[in-house]
Amino acid sequence: MPVFLPTDVLVWLLVAAVAAFAWYSRRRAHLAAPWARVFRSRIAVASAIFLSCFLLVGLLDSLHYRPALPAKDPGAPVAYAVEVRSVLDRVLAPLRTRLEKTYSAPLATRLYQKEQVERADGTLAREFPRLAHGGAHLQDEGDWGADVARRIAAGLAGAALLWGLAVLAGRATLARRWPEVPWGAAAAALGAILALAGPMAALAAGYHVFGTDRVGADVLYQALKSIRTSLVIGTLTTLVLLPLGIAAGIAAGYFRGWVDDAIQYAYTTLNSIPGVLLIAASVLMVQVYVDTNPELFPTSAQRADFRLLALCAILGVLGWTGLARLLRGEALKLAELEYIQAAHAFGVSHARILARHILPNVAHIVIISLVLDFSGFVLAEAVLSYVGVGVDPSTTSFGTMINAARLEMAREPMVWWSLAAAFAFMFALVLAANLFADAVRDGFDPRVRV
Amino acid sequence: MFAYIVRRTLYAIPILVGINLITFALFFLVNTPDDVARMQLGVKRVTPEAIEKWKAERGYDKPLLFNARQSGLRAFSDTIFFEKSVKLFALDFGRAEDNRDIANEIRARMGPSLALAVPVFLVGLAVNVTFALGMAFFRATYLDLWGVILCVAMMSISSLFYIIGGQYLISKLWHLVPISGYEGGVDAMKFLVLPVLIGVIGGIGAGSRWYRTLFLEEMGKDYVRTARAKGLAETTVMFRHVLQNAMIPILTGVVVVIPLLFMGSLITESFFGIPGLGSYTIDAIQAQDFAVVRAMVFIGSVLYIAGLLLTDISYTIVDPRVRLN
Repeated sequence: MPVFLPTDVLVWLLVAAVAAFAWYSRRRAHLAAPWARVFRSRIAVASAIFLSCFLLVGLLDSLHYRPALPAKDPGAPVAYAVEVRSVLDRVLAPLRTRLEKTYSAPLATRLYQKEQVERADGTLAREFPRLAHGGAHLQDEGDWGADVARRIAAGLAGAALLWGLAVLAGRATLARRWPEVPWGAAAAALGAILALAGPMAALAAGYHVFGTDRVGADVLYQALKSIRTSLVIGTLTTLVLLPLGIAAGIAAGYFRGWVDDAIQYAYTTLNSIPGVLLIAASVLMVQVYVDTNPELFPTSAQRADFRLLALCAILGVLGWTGLARLLRGEALKLAELEYIQAAHAFGVSHARILARHILPNVAHIVIISLVLDFSGFVLAEAVLSYVGVGVDPSTTSFGTMINAARLEMAREPMVWWSLAAAFAFMFALVLAANLFADAVRDGFDPRVRV
Repeated sequence: MFAYIVRRTLYAIPILVGINLITFALFFLVNTPDDVARMQLGVKRVTPEAIEKWKAERGYDKPLLFNARQSGLRAFSDTIFFEKSVKLFALDFGRAEDNRDIANEIRARMGPSLALAVPVFLVGLAVNVTFALGMAFFRATYLDLWGVILCVAMMSISSLFYIIGGQYLISKLWHLVPISGYEGGVDAMKFLVLPVLIGVIGGIGAGSRWYRTLFLEEMGKDYVRTARAKGLAETTVMFRHVLQNAMIPILTGVVVVIPLLFMGSLITESFFGIPGLGSYTIDAIQAQDFAVVRAMVFIGSVLYIAGLLLTDISYTIVDPRVRLN
């Protein structure tokens, strides 16, 4: 039975909107040309490949359903589990279900804690017990090195095969259609991703690639689940931010007078309040609302989802000021130009001037600030979750992973792998987003062209 | 110029009033004190009497805006709005959940916050401007390219990782400085070295890149070409002309944060156990102590507005065009 969480619906709406915008701008030179410029940069193409891999994981994780329970007798109506799963959970079912007792190191075959174990000869001893799943297929632990090496080799071979197929297919289709795009960079990025993912997948079939956490859950699975949270925060926030920022900024710059004063007052006031504190206060208030209205949120997944959505909304409501300020400045300049004056003289209405003349001419600022903001929101989520005002503690996110890992750092010997996994995935995501944003800025900013 | 400053100061008053209204709405209208009481007391053992007692202890048992039972001015002053929000203007913050006076607490914690924030600010500024000047000087070479890539990579690392990594390397592995804690006086040094270092390193990426853009923009201007045409050495152009003219955009970003240094740094202070205002705020957020959060929101806003005012004043000093208008 499919479940439509509010964030899922919004994410897919956003995907549809982006697709529609892409289709719309394909035939319009003033919109298509900057994108063509963006995709002529090697860095942009490579980082776009990385980002689309993250996006794929995030989108798979945004299709939720409640699995059907096995029917007790054939005639009974199908019953559904209370738990909400996503398609990604289904794909990664082996990772999700293979739980250990507690911590285990990456690729380990034994637990990280000593336990009372009964030996085969009946004596009791305190030792590190074998894991229930990690390396359980090994008869003799001495084979560990050979087995890992074999799996890595197999993974690499599979990756090479996939890569070869993808490159051939790309050469026949994409490269012929858009010959000016540096496909070499795309192939290299794809190769890098496959070279990492292939061995990881091969190893994950028999081991915990990034170890397990305190309750024995696979860290790689958590890291993959965190991607959706990051993407949701980075993109849905803009859904709230864009209309506010665009409307306020353009109105202030175009109408001037008291409208400008009121809007400037609004954003100076909002800006004056320290961001983290205002977010914290708002999130605390959302928390109070959720706690006092439990009947609105029957399942914990819905509660967590509402909190995620509320966080996006709060970040958006507090974050529009930067965009509004930029757009106000640009609209002030545009309103003085001859073609706007001419439109006035012809008696064109304000609404029409705004929609036909002002909005298309500030679109580049909107797009640039959109992509630039993304990585900021992803980083902010980690800090906010650390402070305790981010996502719901039951939502997997990079912030909650780091927060949990903080206590693990104090253990002796140290548990470092959750932190390492969160670091690696987050760094790759944010770096790709930053590099892509830079390329977009260079492509769209008219000042760079001259 | 005096009139200018007075005008800017007067302009701050409606903003402060607006902030006060926003925080009031957020803390008392979105969720009523009853909701907050219910959450603080725990959902299970809530009785109406317990809620009334909780509210009475904290002075939340009054009407929100208008007290019909009182007459004259008392009708407005004996309300939650007056007691909790208007009194913030008089720096009367009331008491925290642990019944300590918030104003006293803030005074005591300002010192450690400043001891951390001021060195991070000054050293960070010097380091960032130096790096940015270096990159701008070697612009369009491999040094510049790799510098920018390094900056972007450093920007992409969450500040949490800098702190955790630094604590692990320097305190846990090399045992150079204590991992966290604080003492007053000269002993504070050994506790502050690491957080300051981490604060500076964490800011290099975004900071240097931003200043590099400013310098490059400045270097594209006509007066730089003129200076070069006169036969000045590139170093003279950089230091005598570009650096001085780039001061104006640098000031915009820098002066506004100076008053906010009082607020301390939330994350760093709580990681290193420094008893400043940042960790005070974090503790209040985690304990859901609304009185403290409200006080910190107000102080933060006042300091930000002070920063805006300082920026305006500094413009009149640095940029003669503003002074003469």
